[in-house]
Parts: sequence; structure tokens; C-alpha cells
Amino acid sequence: MSAPELELGLDTFGYVNVDEAGQPVPADAVIRNYVEEAVLADSVGIDSFNIGEHYRPDFMDSAAHVVLATIAGRTKRIRLGTAVTVLSTQDPVRVYTNFATLDALSNGRAQLVVGRGSLTESFPLFGFDLADYEELFEEKLDLFTRLLRDQPVTWSGKFRSPLVNQYVTPALPAGHLPTWVGVGGSPQSVVRAARYGLPLMLAVIGGPPGRFAPLVELYKRALDAYGHPRLPIGMHSHGYVARTDQEAVDIQWPYWKETFEKAALERGWARPTMARFQAERADGSLYIGSPETVATKIAAMMRLLGLSRFDLAYATGRVPHQQRLATIELYGREVIPRVRELLADHPVPPIPSSHVSAGVTAQPHV
Amino acid sequence: MSSGETGDRRLGIVGAGRVGTTIARAAIAAGYDVVISGSGPAERIALIVEVLAPGARAASTEEVVHHADLIVLAVPMHRFRDLPHSLFDGKILIDAMNYWEEIDGVDQELATAPGGTSVVVQEWFPSARVVKSLNHITYYKFDAGRRPHGAPGRIAIAAAGDDRAAVAAVMQLIDRLGFDAVDAGPLDTGLALEPNGSVFGVSYSADALSDLLSPAASSA
Repeated sequence: MSAPELELGLDTFGYVNVDEAGQPVPADAVIRNYVEEAVLADSVGIDSFNIGEHYRPDFMDSAAHVVLATIAGRTKRIRLGTAVTVLSTQDPVRVYTNFATLDALSNGRAQLVVGRGSLTESFPLFGFDLADYEELFEEKLDLFTRLLRDQPVTWSGKFRSPLVNQYVTPALPAGHLPTWVGVGGSPQSVVRAARYGLPLMLAVIGGPPGRFAPLVELYKRALDAYGHPRLPIGMHSHGYVARTDQEAVDIQWPYWKETFEKAALERGWARPTMARFQAERADGSLYIGSPETVATKIAAMMRLLGLSRFDLAYATGRVPHQQRLATIELYGREVIPRVRELLADHPVPPIPSSHVSAGVTAQPHV
Repeated sequence: MSSGETGDRRLGIVGAGRVGTTIARAAIAAGYDVVISGSGPAERIALIVEVLAPGARAASTEEVVHHADLIVLAVPMHRFRDLPHSLFDGKILIDAMNYWEEIDGVDQELATAPGGTSVVVQEWFPSARVVKSLNHITYYKFDAGRRPHGAPGRIAIAAAGDDRAAVAAVMQLIDRLGFDAVDAGPLDTGLALEPNGSVFGVSYSADALSDLLSPAASSA
């Protein structure tokens, strides 16, 4: 089996941020600013730019496909996708038309990650019942994969009207649209991604990445069990790159703290501390530091888990636009080439099963 | 040996999600005979259990209850009312669940329970010996954080329950899993162990956890 092509991308949630003087940036300007960030990402050799999906006053990412279409018109090479599309509360037919159209506009550069979402404000907003969380995702993923693979589609389900011998346009010239399933750690979600024969994207916001080794093994075993070929696996985590480790910490820490203070209040999580921030940088899932620090950490993690894709959710929280541009520049020009170099020297090995069956979650050597 | 201690190393786990399978791994490493169920028939979770908790046996929930006197309940919080009231009669039931509004939906009874959600669980299973535990540390600490008895830097886990013998049995399990056990008092003190509670989601030593859970700390 040949190794899948490496993809090193960026994710954004369109954080409503501040300018360098600390003044709030209007929400409409936030959206235009991150279009510029994507244009820069294209010019510095980043593989993909992916936008989240939230419906909250602090995140301007409620219509990713519209923003991606604008980015498509101003870029040549970069792949354009979603950090997560909350498929559970969307109509798969509409998601198909939006992203097949984006694929046409961008000359085959569209992709997406579909998931159940970890913040669930879209359920009441679009009239869905959170009690149907599992069933909604299952049904919509079923229809969406049918639209991607088996047109014309004859289909019926519980949450929308049936389709009979239905073609949905535009057709995909390449015959497919890369669609990954985003999971947060649920074994059942991992097995489902394998059952549909879709690549797996692990969304990791904390803790040692090595703890996902058993889920990676589960995914491979489940692909085998369902008779699918081995498929790519990726990970999404937060980070910030600056010239030096200290500069990266100094810039990111206050905004990270502010973001997780808010999450702690809203979601009952533990309050953020500098000790936890530094522990996450050292052994956990924050990729914050100089280009060498971040590249070394990404490469070690990808090798440990056998990943072919990594998306950096760059600049957590209200980090100003200029500093977001600076981190994109370093990620594209320095981190990505260095990760490729490190992985070329020591390619990603398959994970031996014995590692996992012992229940050992090996730590990355960073 | 105090009254709650036992040589019995059988453990049942209801729930084969990330928490249930992680606790299963730790229990197997501690020499337990573990039987685990998901929703539905055993075949549905067979591969998950084989890969994530090798050595554990996938079974139906009824078989799990039959297997052990010590049962961990680790289903999504909004699903526990799917289980019959009498299912765990006479069993020590470790409530490892947490109520997350963004996953479980708005549940007024759970959201406003003055003594915490385990009191609601006890009311649902009136003849179970409910102990609130294993819910307040980040779940992956069951892999990465376990240490032998007496090892420096050992993380503590609290247990709260009205049935003191049941609490003692759970504290013995905690120690065998690789953590220091702290008696948090009666079941309705469990609020401190929940999301938004004073000790939730952070790893503490036994001394620090005891201090934070002491009546003086909670009234401060």
C-alpha cells in the first residue's frame, strides 16, 4: 500500500477578534479578514483552508461555503473545505449542491469534514431535537454518501422527504468530493466512519495525542471488517507559530486563557491555567512555539499515530489579524517544509497492534 | 480488612463509549474480570471491546448485571432512564456519568438537582447502592495517570455515597485501578465532583482533593 499524500492545512472558526490596539473588529470585517488569511495561506504553500460551523456571536463561520467560494476566486492551488460541517442539522442535498458548486468554481479543490458537532446550538436553530443526535447524523450521512457515490438516488428516511431516481447537480467531474468524518473520541463514531468507507479526522483539543492510538487501531480494524481499503487519518488541533517559543507563548496565552475561561463558565470545564497551557504545549495537543518546535511536534505526532493529514486550528481566540497572518506565513514557509522533511527522513510507520492491545498510550517524543 | 474490602475482582460496565472502554482497560490491567455492554446486542460492540479493551467480554446489559456486584454506569446521561428501575437492585452502582447540556439536551431535573445528578440516578434505581465516582477526572487519565499504590504523584479519585460499605468497596476499586481514593461523604455532596463543581476536570493528590472536598472548603 502506498502512503497517502500528506496534507497540512489550516482551520479557522472566524473568531470575532480585536485589532492590534485591542479594539473590537466588526463582525463583517472579521469575515473579510479571514478571506485575506486564506489568500495568504495559498501563496505560502499551505495545502488546505478549512472553515468551521457555529452560530454564535463570537464565531463568524455560519456560512462556510459562501466564504470558500470567495476564496476560490482569489486562489489557485489551496484546497477549500470545512473544519466541520454539522451534517446532523443540514439537508444533505443542500450540502451536496453547495460543495459540488464550490468544487466546480475552484476547479476541483472542494473538500469537507462532516460531524455531529460538539456545540449543539444548530439543533434548536434549525428545528431539530437534540434527542435525535445519533439518528440524525446516521441518516444524513447515509443520504450524503449516496449523493456522492450513487446518483441517481432512490432513498427514504425519517427526517426528510424521500428521493426517487433523483439526480442532484452539478455532477462531480472527478467523480468524488473528499469527505472526512470528524470524531471527538467516541468509538462508535470511529466505527461508523469505517462503515461508510470515509477517511477519519480526529478533533483533539487537549491531552496527549498518543491516547488516540487505540482509536486509530479500531478504525483500521473496522475498515478491514467492513471490507474497505485502508483510508487516510488526520487530526485537528490548536496552535500558534511565532519566531520563538517565548513570543508564541506571549501572544497566544492571554487569548487562549480568555477563550477557555469562557468555555469553563459555559460548559463546566476546568478553568485554564498557565501550568495546563504549558503541559499541553509540552506533551499535549497545543502546537505553540517556534517553527522548529511546532514542526517537530507535528511530525512526531503524525508518525506516532500514522496520520497523513494535520490541520492547525491557528491562533485560538481573539488574536488580531496581523498576528494571524504572521503565524500563517511561518506555518506555510517554515513549519510545513520542515514537517515534510522530518517525515521523509523517518516515514510514518504502521502502528503495531501489540502497542494497542496492551492499552499503552505512548507519548510522542517532543 | 475493613468491611467493604473484598477479594472479588469482577467488574461490570454498562456503556462502551470512550469512558466505559477506558475504565475497562484500566480494570483489566488491575486484574479484573470485566464484562461490558453497549446499547443493544453484544455483537454490536464486539470489535470495539476487542480492540479498545482486550481481555474484556462484550455482553448484553443483563449479562453484565449478572456478572458482578460492582457495576460502572457509563452511558450518555440522557440514556440512563432507558434502563429499568429494578435493573441494579442490590448492586453497587458506580455512577460515572456527567450531565452535559450540549450533549444531553436541556434536562431540568438534572440541571437543577440540589444534591447533584447522582441523587436523581439513585431515585431512578431506588434499590441500587449508588456511589458517585470515576466521573471527575479527564477520562484518558485512566490510561496515562494510573500508578501503583504509594507511588509519588498518584492522582486521587473521590467517591460519594450514602451506603458506606458500597463507598468502601468503590474506594478499593479506585486503589486497584491505580489511584488514591478519597471519601467525599454522602451522595448529595457529589455536586462538587460534577462539571462546574470545585474539583471537576483537574488532577489532584489525595491531600489536595480531600482539602477541596472538606466541609470548610465547600462553605468558604
